[in-house]
Amino acid sequence: MILDGKCPTGPIQQTWDKHRFDLKLVNPANKRKYNVIVVGTGLAGGAAAASLGELGYNVQAFCYQDSPRRAHSIAAQGGINAAKNYPNDGDSIYRLFYDTIKGGDFRAREADVWRLAQVSNNIIDQCVAQGVPFARDYAGYLDNRSFGGAQVSRTFYARGQTGQQLLLGAYSALSRQIKLGTVKMYNRREMLDLVVVDGVARGITVRNLITGEMESYAADAVCLATGGYVNVFYLSTNAMGCSVTAAWKAHKKGAYFANPCYTQIHPTCIPQAGDYQSKLTLMSESLRNDGRCWVPKKKEDCGKHPNEVPEEDRDYYLERKYPSFGNLAPRDIASRAAKEQCDDGRGVGPGGRGVYLDFSTSIKRVGADTIKERYGNLFEMYEKITDEDGYKRPMRMYPAPHYSMGGLWVDYNLMSNIPGLFVLGEANFSVHGANRLGASALMQGLADGYFVIPYTIGGYLATVKPGEVKADHDEFKNSAADVKAEQEKLLSINGNKTVFEFMRELGGLMWENCGMARTKQSLEINLKKIPALREDFWKNVKVTGTGAEFNQQLENAGRTADFFEFAELMCRDAYHRNESCGGHFREEYQDQGEAERDDANFCYVGAWEFKGVGKEPELHKEPLKFDNVHLAVRSYK
Amino acid sequence: MQLLTSSIGRKIVMAITGQAMVLFAVIHLLGNSSIFGWLNGGINAYAEHLHSLPLPIIIGFRLALLAMVCIHIWFGIQLTMENRGGRPQQYAVKAAQKATFASENMIWTGCLIGLFLVYHLLHFTFQVISPETAALKNLVPLHDQMVPNVLGMVVAGFKNFFVSFIYAGGMVVLFLHLSHGIQSFFQTMGWSCDKSQPIIVKLGSLVALVLFAGYVIIPLTVFFGILKG
Amino acid sequence: MSDHKTMTLTLIVWRQKGPSDPGKFETYTAKGITEHHSFLEMLDCVNEDLIYSGKEPIVFDHDCREGICGMCSQVINGLAHGGRDRTTVCQLHMRTFKDGDTIYIEPWRARAFPIIKDLVCDRTALDTIVQAGAYVSCHTGGVPDGNAILIPKPAADEAMDAAECVGCGACVAGCPNGAAMLFTGAKVSQFAVIPQGKAEAAERVKALTDAMTECGFGNCTNHYECQTACPKGINVKFIARMNREFLKAQFS
Repeated sequence: MILDGKCPTGPIQQTWDKHRFDLKLVNPANKRKYNVIVVGTGLAGGAAAASLGELGYNVQAFCYQDSPRRAHSIAAQGGINAAKNYPNDGDSIYRLFYDTIKGGDFRAREADVWRLAQVSNNIIDQCVAQGVPFARDYAGYLDNRSFGGAQVSRTFYARGQTGQQLLLGAYSALSRQIKLGTVKMYNRREMLDLVVVDGVARGITVRNLITGEMESYAADAVCLATGGYVNVFYLSTNAMGCSVTAAWKAHKKGAYFANPCYTQIHPTCIPQAGDYQSKLTLMSESLRNDGRCWVPKKKEDCGKHPNEVPEEDRDYYLERKYPSFGNLAPRDIASRAAKEQCDDGRGVGPGGRGVYLDFSTSIKRVGADTIKERYGNLFEMYEKITDEDGYKRPMRMYPAPHYSMGGLWVDYNLMSNIPGLFVLGEANFSVHGANRLGASALMQGLADGYFVIPYTIGGYLATVKPGEVKADHDEFKNSAADVKAEQEKLLSINGNKTVFEFMRELGGLMWENCGMARTKQSLEINLKKIPALREDFWKNVKVTGTGAEFNQQLENAGRTADFFEFAELMCRDAYHRNESCGGHFREEYQDQGEAERDDANFCYVGAWEFKGVGKEPELHKEPLKFDNVHLAVRSYK
Repeated sequence: MQLLTSSIGRKIVMAITGQAMVLFAVIHLLGNSSIFGWLNGGINAYAEHLHSLPLPIIIGFRLALLAMVCIHIWFGIQLTMENRGGRPQQYAVKAAQKATFASENMIWTGCLIGLFLVYHLLHFTFQVISPETAALKNLVPLHDQMVPNVLGMVVAGFKNFFVSFIYAGGMVVLFLHLSHGIQSFFQTMGWSCDKSQPIIVKLGSLVALVLFAGYVIIPLTVFFGILKG
Repeated sequence: MSDHKTMTLTLIVWRQKGPSDPGKFETYTAKGITEHHSFLEMLDCVNEDLIYSGKEPIVFDHDCREGICGMCSQVINGLAHGGRDRTTVCQLHMRTFKDGDTIYIEPWRARAFPIIKDLVCDRTALDTIVQAGAYVSCHTGGVPDGNAILIPKPAADEAMDAAECVGCGACVAGCPNGAAMLFTGAKVSQFAVIPQGKAEAAERVKALTDAMTECGFGNCTNHYECQTACPKGINVKFIARMNREFLKAQFS
């Protein structure tokens, strides 16, 4: 089937304004009759719940954490882009639009990206009004910095905690609505099913994580803002609770999953120290402004103290391979280059999985005090985790899974193919194409939540009668019973391997064969091994306790079960996409290490329809048209 | 009225009453130091001067002091009881990083100061502890008139080891109470910032120490026979 | 993977089945721990052992494991987050312990934070304080340009210092009175120093301090334990500022 993104036509500059006018409106007096469910309270979900509540809808918001303020948007360090052009350096909405399309390796919709660039300016205004403490200069004006290889300074930031501050802004707006009674907040609830009645999304089934009870909530529209899925690699920079579960349950109820193979691997993370490790910590990309990446030229030097490796025996591989961009090469390229050196047996640190990020040249040039001023908190963080002093010896870095560009398929209105199901933020696939630029994730989350969904959801709700289905409908009972049955099954297996062990094994397979670089063969291995491991999981997993209590093992087991099914789809998508683009690098399709796109055959969104566990999913394509930006090869040589 | 009901409001009231009493203690100490002879006629002259003030002023002043003491005690007990409820179950390992013996025992040092005050008033104001040396009953000549012999009463009292001990002990307790209380006043009133706060903590302790030294020197010098009647 | 020596530790852990269970300490042994384990990874290992032996693993709150979400909340040897300077439990590494150490692990203890299970407590009281008014009541859309509101850098920095709070509740856990003054002070101050928040400043401080009392938090007695417990180093100057704002509000 050919999918239609329902993008408005005409000159791109007018698409969003025209579309907003064309959307139907819900009468203010009628808004309170509509119930809207928002799952997830990060930037997208928090902003959406607050804005929809303010408009007058009856909102029910859900999060698995103990407070909406803890969503993982909080961990974003760098900043948020906007086309304000405050520094007068040539930025514009058009340039932000262009950079995002090109950065995404031409695998995103033009209209969606245009809208994102257009509302980016409103986001900054909104956050300032909320009291978000963005960095200011001495005259009191907002400060900007350049970030992520952009040629203009368009990134707004709040120290190294921009995500935290933006999330707290959305959380405060949400808290205000909770106080006003327009939003009802449900903490420590995990969405375990989407309830679809006659093809329309009508509500969700959630597990109360404290009591273990299944709860049903009905609504006229359901918004998923449940984040990304890179925890499928087990070790990632995501929080421990991040999972694909909510999106996957929706997928199993009919929502298409688009481009799952597009995952972003961040080049500068602290390497893994041991098998027991539970997560990887990201170090801001800005470190590469002053740090030089190198590995020893000779394998036998890898065990030596880095300061004992003489200058002539060091391979500054990024400077060697990309003389013009050097250490500032984009994320996907820097990550792959690091992997290449380690695969060559010249990696450093535990397991030979690490490269040096050396500041000694910069310290000599500008002095240790200047470096401290620029990156002091990062050096501190590095020392806390590794017990090594980055000023005295080079830091060790290795790439780590960080963000997922793929997600549930949505049209221009952010509605999935299931009417009434909207998907926001990282959970959808819409604007980043095959690769996301730095400081764009925060922008997308808030754009979707504050400035897109409040309009587009009205266009949908105006066409439906409020409250047609209540939570006592049979579908809700069936859904709760199904979820309960799955949990009972997990609890009854009582095998001999823990959930963590399975997740580690699955993550290992995914990282090894569907990680930074993929091949036909490696994906074939995974497509064989994952179903076998999944079967083993359902026979041998050991989950203690009961379903009627606070049971973290059971929570993890459920998420892992979904990751098993999802991982197969991700490999399948990577297997079918016979090209390299952005975060998806197929070794067969390269031009001397650079990704080689196949625009003739793969210039489309690949959206998969679920056909049953272990059954081959059906691929639907949405062709991508580029009327405003010309398809070109990305080169950083 | 949030000032009398909310926790911060009541703390502000406690801070103000407490600080007023510190001021009183400073003035009281200056007056007492006349015992060392800087005033013509010594402490007897000072006492006579105070008693010669118009009666309404004396009574008003005493009532105000009494009210402050009562309010300070009343809110102190109330807030402490509320605070004990704030953490009903203690940790198995007690490990404070910044709290001090003084800060944790304000209620007890406060109670001891209260008891000491009662004793002190009975001893030197109402003069019922040792009536035979009561100043009011033993008049001495001063500038052509007969005045109560406060000096004799003080010296007679402090010659006694136990009396001196009670006073010295009372001053140790007062020192503890004020070493936390004075700096606390500035924090509670909001008159501190990150730079001034550590200095205020030190200065508060210093003032408490000066008051302690000033007060305790009188019984000590009397007891060791340096100051004679 | 690691070639480091391992250590064996004795853990004395608070176990409590539910809110009404009285709870008690249980003793466990953590084996094969390296200095590179984070404290929570050490607990993961202990839990794996417990699961293998068919026992219920220790339940504890955690999420981002990089010190920013504020979810982790354990008192270690009597100190919230283990008492290391500017460190959450998830960032605390085992190199700060020695082979053979005995470690007491307890949940946050405060009246306002009832225990849910084992080391997990209910911190929604902090949300309640925020809901009482720790925000600027602006609408989505229809706000002025970001640069239309000039904020002097010192004020922006001061607001940011206060806004670094991760809402973990360590200040409450560390306070002998179970007070939330540092948390609330940071919220009041963040908005009091910037122009956007000034219009509602008086109402905000009144509402937040009332909410604090209603939630069952104790009062401040200026021990400053909160500041040392805070993993983000929030300064007690923000409590002073809240007190000042409170006084101002009484006369406005």
